[in-house]
Amino acid sequence: MLEGLLLGLAAAFSIQNLFMVVAGCLIGTFIGMLPGLGPMSIIAIMIPVAITIGDPSAALILLAGVYYGAIFGGSTSSILLNAPGVAGTVASSFDGYPMARKGQAGKALTIAAISSFAGGSIGALLLMVFAPMLSTVALLFHSAEYFALMVVGLSAIAAFAGTGNVAKAVLMTLLGLVMATVGEGVLFNMPRFTMGLMDLQSGFSFITLAMAMFALPEALFLVLNPGRSIQGSGGKIENLRITREEGRKIAPVIGRQSIQGFFIGVLPGAGATIASFLGYAVERNIASKEEQEEFGDGSIKGLAAPETANNAACTGSFVPLLTLGIPGSGTTAILLGALIALNVTPGPRLMIDEPQIFWAVIISMYIGNLVLLVLNLPLIPYIAKVLSIPRNYLIPFILFFTLMGSYIGQNNATELLILVGMGICATILKFADYPLAPLLIGFILGGMLEDNFSRSMQLYDGIGFILDRPMTLGLLVIAVLLVIVPSYRARRAKARQAGVAEGD
Amino acid sequence: MALDRWVAFVILCIALAYGYAAFFTMDGQLPPFMQRNPIWPSTFPKVLAVLTVLTSLFILLGLEKPANDGKAPDIDYRRLGDYNLIQAVLLLGLMVAYALLLRPAGFLLATFGFLSVGAFALGERKFHILLPVAGIASFAVWYLVDEVLGIFLRPWPFFI
Repeated sequence: MLEGLLLGLAAAFSIQNLFMVVAGCLIGTFIGMLPGLGPMSIIAIMIPVAITIGDPSAALILLAGVYYGAIFGGSTSSILLNAPGVAGTVASSFDGYPMARKGQAGKALTIAAISSFAGGSIGALLLMVFAPMLSTVALLFHSAEYFALMVVGLSAIAAFAGTGNVAKAVLMTLLGLVMATVGEGVLFNMPRFTMGLMDLQSGFSFITLAMAMFALPEALFLVLNPGRSIQGSGGKIENLRITREEGRKIAPVIGRQSIQGFFIGVLPGAGATIASFLGYAVERNIASKEEQEEFGDGSIKGLAAPETANNAACTGSFVPLLTLGIPGSGTTAILLGALIALNVTPGPRLMIDEPQIFWAVIISMYIGNLVLLVLNLPLIPYIAKVLSIPRNYLIPFILFFTLMGSYIGQNNATELLILVGMGICATILKFADYPLAPLLIGFILGGMLEDNFSRSMQLYDGIGFILDRPMTLGLLVIAVLLVIVPSYRARRAKARQAGVAEGD
Repeated sequence: MALDRWVAFVILCIALAYGYAAFFTMDGQLPPFMQRNPIWPSTFPKVLAVLTVLTSLFILLGLEKPANDGKAPDIDYRRLGDYNLIQAVLLLGLMVAYALLLRPAGFLLATFGFLSVGAFALGERKFHILLPVAGIASFAVWYLVDEVLGIFLRPWPFFI
């Protein structure tokens, strides 16, 4: 392993490759800030550039830099504008945007950058050590386990529901699942619930829904109530620094979430989205009572958890790609295409036949992370300046970017009408105090949930797979625990307040 | 009735329509060979419809006591009249107009119009700043998306 490492170091530290990393990170960050252009589309756009380079390790290094940059760029728009452009950064807006509204935009971005860095580098370390072993674990997961994993992901909604709001959160999740069934499913060759409209044939698009649920109501609220300002500190970006106390608070979160996120990322299909939701839910459940109150209200733990988990999961998703040749997500599928175009076939032989490529990729992930941190920390004050743009300009621009986000992806103007319609519905829901995050989670996981459930039903000819496969059962038990533990704790706390339950 | 229960009522109606479609209209079109499958396209929607109906009834009937933690709501719909409702409706109308005009008028004109009218509706009156900013922004975004990234956006109206 050591010689491989040195080989990778030698490859990655050439002037050309260092230049590639820096260029990739910069391009990724800036384009990633535009909602609607996620890592997947940016990498797809960069492939022709990468192929003309010719040298496979340099090309891969460039693409890895773009990948990391895009993820960080995506978090900036969800923190500053509440406009998550990628499913993986949705969870970052839960606490990142409240922080920005309180005038701590700079600190929020710093925390995002540092936890992304930590998640990515710890993930790369784990990748180095565990990649060969993990490939066998990834193969152990069948559709039944994926189904159970999605259920665990959905049980994360328990993390978003305050006391007295559980039914609303559940209803929103169900509504998200209902919306996910619109359109043509993968396993059944028939359109469902399209009401004969061609535009619904492929279902609702994620980006439209995300913009309609988060960015649009927020912008409308800003219009309705000028007092509700996101320019908390008058446009001045103060206290970028994280105090030692805060550092101590988020360090264990980062540690736990890098490991958890990485292992979720290893499973093909699960990826960064579930890792970030689960990371948020787990951290909220194990936080102390006072800290739990802060979640959703600008908690630094609540921001650090999804940011770390999502970057660690992105690194983890390289395990099945490099060792098995199985792309676990849309992004890695595009990377697989790029690799094949460069005459590299990922698979079990890659590490033996072309160790320099394998190790160069891993080392470049490190360097990518480091470069990203070094480039972005000084840039943060300037990025956060976005919020000091006068309101009269900021709001039309936010609205314009939400429109662009859903238009670029589909190139369909009807999508924009759907966006406005759903945005109005979302605003009404927000007025009525319904949480919107569960709806989006239900929508994202709904499709995968149904596909995997149907697949295992077909394989096992019935519902018996739940009992047949111990891992499925175990995951479902975890899901139940995730729902029950918080409400049990709340009840116990209430009982203790009433002076009934003493000690324990 | 409070707004959240009205919303629950609307969702209940949607769920009933959805459930009707799932229970009564979908299975008839199923080809015979697929009926031997343990799972049908309508299975999952049926489960969802039942669960959604139950949950929305639960809220509609007010079975769950909302926790009154004394936190002032972020924004209150009962005071809707105090807010800048007209501006918000104007901006929504502008978004619809943008959606309808984007194809026929071309990206540059539609975006320039959207940004400048939007800012005007919000009360911006410094046209010597507003118009150049809107123009430069629309051109910059078009240049980035169309020329650099290669995603086609028609820049000019259809007749040019």
